[in-house]
Amino acid sequence: MNNEQVKTLKNNAFKIWAIIATSIGLIMLAVLLIKIGMDGLHRLSFDFFTALPSRRPEQAGILTALVGTLWVMVTTAVFAIPIGIGAGIYLEEYARKGWWSSFLEINISNLAGVPSIIYGLLGLEIFVRTLHLGQSILSGSLTLSLLILPIVIVSTREAIKTVPSTMREASYALGASKWQTIWMQMLPAASGGIMTGIILALSRAIGETAPLIVVGALMYVPFVPKSVFDSFTVLPIQIYNWVSRPQAGFIINAAAAIIVLMLITILMNGAAVILRNRWQNRVKW
Amino acid sequence: MKKTILAFGIVALLSSCGNNQNQQSNERSQEKMEIKLDGSSTVYPVSEAVAEDYKATNQSVNITVGLSGTGGGFKKFERGETDISNASRPITPLEDSTCLAAGINYIELPIAYDGIAIVVNKDNNWLTKITVNELNKLWEPGAQNKIKKWNQVNPAWPDEEVHLFGTGTASGTFDYFTEAINGKSKSIRGDYTAAANPNVLVEGIHGDKNALGFFGLAYFEANKDKLKLIPVDDEKKEDGDGPVIASQETVKNGTYQPLSRPIFIYVSKKSADKPEVKAFVDYYLENAGKLATEVGYIALPDEVYTMVKKRFTDGVTGSAFAGIDPVGVKLDELLKVEQTAK
Repeated sequence: MNNEQVKTLKNNAFKIWAIIATSIGLIMLAVLLIKIGMDGLHRLSFDFFTALPSRRPEQAGILTALVGTLWVMVTTAVFAIPIGIGAGIYLEEYARKGWWSSFLEINISNLAGVPSIIYGLLGLEIFVRTLHLGQSILSGSLTLSLLILPIVIVSTREAIKTVPSTMREASYALGASKWQTIWMQMLPAASGGIMTGIILALSRAIGETAPLIVVGALMYVPFVPKSVFDSFTVLPIQIYNWVSRPQAGFIINAAAAIIVLMLITILMNGAAVILRNRWQNRVKW
Repeated sequence: MKKTILAFGIVALLSSCGNNQNQQSNERSQEKMEIKLDGSSTVYPVSEAVAEDYKATNQSVNITVGLSGTGGGFKKFERGETDISNASRPITPLEDSTCLAAGINYIELPIAYDGIAIVVNKDNNWLTKITVNELNKLWEPGAQNKIKKWNQVNPAWPDEEVHLFGTGTASGTFDYFTEAINGKSKSIRGDYTAAANPNVLVEGIHGDKNALGFFGLAYFEANKDKLKLIPVDDEKKEDGDGPVIASQETVKNGTYQPLSRPIFIYVSKKSADKPEVKAFVDYYLENAGKLATEVGYIALPDEVYTMVKKRFTDGVTGSAFAGIDPVGVKLDELLKVEQTAK
C-alpha cells in the first residue's frame, strides 16, 4: 500500500465511523418512536385529552396533567428567560473581568450539573415553606426556572461572544450608548444562539419529574388549575405513575401520553427554529 | 422587543401581588373544601379509586392525592400539610414522636392487604415450592458473591446460575420483604437486579429461565400468562400446613405468611373533626374492600373492617403497630386487644 492508499483508507474509515455514530442516535430514536407509536397511537382520542384521572385505564385521561404541564412551562419561561438573559448580559457586557467574574462563571457552570432533585429540595424549602407559596404551580415553575437558569445564562453568554466585536465598535463609533449597543445590535445579532439555549432549557424542564414531586406536584388532581396558586400535576408524573401500574391498560395510556409529550416538545422546538430563522435573517453584517 | 418588555412586566406584576393572591387562594380553598392525601405509591391506586368514586357524588369537595412515598408522605403529614397520609408500612416510632411533638394526633386505619409474590420464569420446571429458609439463604446479605447457583440452596435444584430480581430499595415492598425474610428491614445482598418499577422485573423474569424475583401480588395477577407463582412454606403449622400459594383467599385468611402485609391510611385528628374529611373517610372505609380488590389488592375480612370503622368513629389516636414487628401480625387480634382494653 502506498501513502496515497493509506490516506484514502483512513479517510473512508473516518467517514464510516461518523455515519455510524450519527445513525446510532437516529436508530434508537426511530425504535423508540415506533414502539411507542404501536403501543399508544390507537389510544389517542378526543376523550383521552378531556378525561380526568381514573382507576379504569380505558376511562383515564390526561386533561389535568396536560393543562398542568402547559401552565408550568409558560410560567417557567416567563421567569427563566428574562432573568437568564439579563444575567448573561451582565456577565458578558458589564462585569469586569477578574476573580469575581471567573468565580461566578465557574459556579454557574457547576450549577448546570447539579442533579435536578437537589433543585427540588431547594425549591421545597425556599418557595413552598419559607415564602409560603404552597405546593402550587408557582413553586414548581420557580424551581424549574432555577434548574434551567444556568443553561440560559451560559448560552446567552456564548451567543453574545459570537457577535463580531466590529459590530460593537461600529455602534460606539456612531455615538450609540452602551444600552443602545446591547439592545439594538448585540442582542438581535445573538438572538439565534440565545433562542437555541432557551429551547434546550425548556425541553429539559418539560421532562422533569423528580424536582416537581419533591416540590409537591401531585398525582391525582381531578380539576384543572385556574391560577398559578393551584395544586397541579404534569405529564411526566402521570406517565411515571402509569408505567409502574400493574394493569396493561395503563401501559398503553403511558405510551399515548408519551406521544403527546413528544408532540409538545416537537412543536416547541419547531416554533423556536422558525422564530430563530426569521430573526437571524433580519440581522445582516 | 415589545414582547420581552411585556414578559418583564408580567414578572413584576406576579412578584408584587404574590402574597396578596396567595391569601385570596387560601380563602377560596376554604370555600371550596379540599382534602389532601399524599404518601405511598402502593396505596395510591386505592386512594385514587376512592377519591374518583367519592367525587362522582360529592362535587363540592376537591380531593388531591400525591405520590411522595410512605416516608415522604409522613414528612408532609408531620407538618400538617396533608389531611391523610397513605402508608404501605406502619408509622415508625421516630415518625410517631415527630407527629406528637408537632401536635399532630392521628388515627391509624388499615385498609387492605397486599401480598408479596415469589415468581419464576414459566420454563422453570424444578421449583414447585420454596421455604422461607431457602428464601433467606438466597437473599441474606451473607449470600452476596457466594450463593450463585440453584443447587447451593437445595441440592435437588439444578447446577445453574440463579438470577435474582427485586423491587427498589425505596419501596415499602422492599422494606417488608427484607424484614420478613432476612429478619431486618433493608438487610439484603447487594448483587441482584433492583428496579423501582415492578413491570421491569416482570419483563426481566419473563425473559430469563434462571430468574427468581419478588414484587406485589397485583403485578403477578396482571401477568399470569408470563410468569409462574411459587407457593411459600413458612414451616409453621398454625399458618397453614405446607406450602401456601399467594391468592386473594390465602392472604385474606392469614395463611399466606409471612409475605402478606397490611396497608394503611393515617388520618390527622384535626382534619377528622372536619365534616367533609369525616364523610370522606367513612366512605373510604365503607368501600375500601371492594375498590382495593378492583385495583389488585386484597380486602380485609369484614369483621376487621367493622373494627377499623369503630376505631375511626371512636377517634382512637396513636399507632397499634409502631415499634412492633409487623411480620405475621394479625390485624383482628391486634385491634381486638386494643378495643377490649378500652
